[in-house]
Amino acid sequence: MLARRIIPCLDVAGGRVVKGVHFETLRDAGDPVEQATRYDAEGADELVLLDISASPEERRTTLEMVGRVADSIFIPFTVGGGIRSVADAGAALRAGADKVSVNTAAVRDPSLVSRLAEHFGSQCVVAAVDVKRIDGRLAVVVNGGREETPLEAIAWMRELEALGAGEILLTSMDRDGTGSGYDLDLLRSAASAVGIPVIASGGAGNLGHLAEALEAGAHGVLAATIFHFRGSSLPEARAFLRERGYPVRP
Amino acid sequence: MIAVVDYGVNNLKSVVRALEAGGHRATLTTDPEAVRTADRVLVPGVGNFGQGSRNLAETGLGEAVREAAGAGRPVMGICLGLQLLFETSEEAADARGLGLLPGKVCRFATALHVPHVGWARVDLTQAGRRHAMLGPLFGEAPRFFYHVHSYHPSELPADSVLATGEYGAVFPTLVGQATVIGAQFHPEKSQRAGIELLDAFARWHP
Repeated sequence: MLARRIIPCLDVAGGRVVKGVHFETLRDAGDPVEQATRYDAEGADELVLLDISASPEERRTTLEMVGRVADSIFIPFTVGGGIRSVADAGAALRAGADKVSVNTAAVRDPSLVSRLAEHFGSQCVVAAVDVKRIDGRLAVVVNGGREETPLEAIAWMRELEALGAGEILLTSMDRDGTGSGYDLDLLRSAASAVGIPVIASGGAGNLGHLAEALEAGAHGVLAATIFHFRGSSLPEARAFLRERGYPVRP
Repeated sequence: MIAVVDYGVNNLKSVVRALEAGGHRATLTTDPEAVRTADRVLVPGVGNFGQGSRNLAETGLGEAVREAAGAGRPVMGICLGLQLLFETSEEAADARGLGLLPGKVCRFATALHVPHVGWARVDLTQAGRRHAMLGPLFGEAPRFFYHVHSYHPSELPADSVLATGEYGAVFPTLVGQATVIGAQFHPEKSQRAGIELLDAFARWHP
């Protein structure tokens, strides 16, 4: 039996953890290594670090930081943001990542997903999908949400699974940073459309939202705001979910 | 001193760090002599059985691990490192592992998605509860360990299956015989439960 995962996410820019609302208005949320160490000590099931740096200058420090984070935790570690090639992914894995997450680059060239799966195994490949509701359509957006694509989210996730992605990290841009809860309809559609795990992201504002996402079929729940700013702790989250009958680690 | 065998596969540094987190000294080594003379030996690894078995043979490290086990020193395999303690695997029909454990390595036969990835609950068997290293470690609370694998140990005698996981069907995930033990999961990625397991291995006197 697999435990459902609670996954804190560190959005990193310029060497700092930041967090925004709808991918914008970033505020500082601390040092990546300190945050990672704390989340590991509190029993996070996994850690995701997404480099959302706006410039190559900011980005230059990321691999070194990935190494320092990897050296301070004992849980699976996913790194994303700016991974465009097998070589980029290899560098992140050598620095200490266990999985890499691809998003914009996979939309531009879907064969990247299958090449990564061939090189490193599908367990290494997380396909991140950012979704925005536009005129009733579930549109895939890329480039940090700045660019709309013609892709329809559910069809795109099916394709990602066929290309060899090991799991889907599904972010609702509409809910990101709002604390208003995950987009449960989107989650339900995704979880029933693909056979690989779907991780819910975007919108968690309280512990009840985590339970709702698991109920909707998510294998794991990713959250940043509630753990960075809202005073919810991971042990509290685990206890809350366990009381409601979800299989989580002790 | 614990020798962590570096035979050219990934995922080695984190094993050393996890041993160190438990207060133990461990050295990554490519030197068969260091493996032969170590107090205990750890064979980690991620990757393909065929490639792993070739690397172990070409470097002489495989023979050194076999000698350490033959001399009665504790040997632990992790993930691919565990699979290489068997003689054969369905992953590479022509390749030969070290043959230190009875049984073989089979692919998951399940309709569920493979690889099996995630925190799986691990339950001791009766043999596991009697095992000097594992018995005292597992309390009443369920233990979860992080698994990433498409193949698993199979066809072992019952007293060599020390703990099982379940994914479509029950599979052996901690196995062992005499001074040899292996984990199909990754203790170095399993937080406190994993650090405690490696600590128990470092203190184990079979």
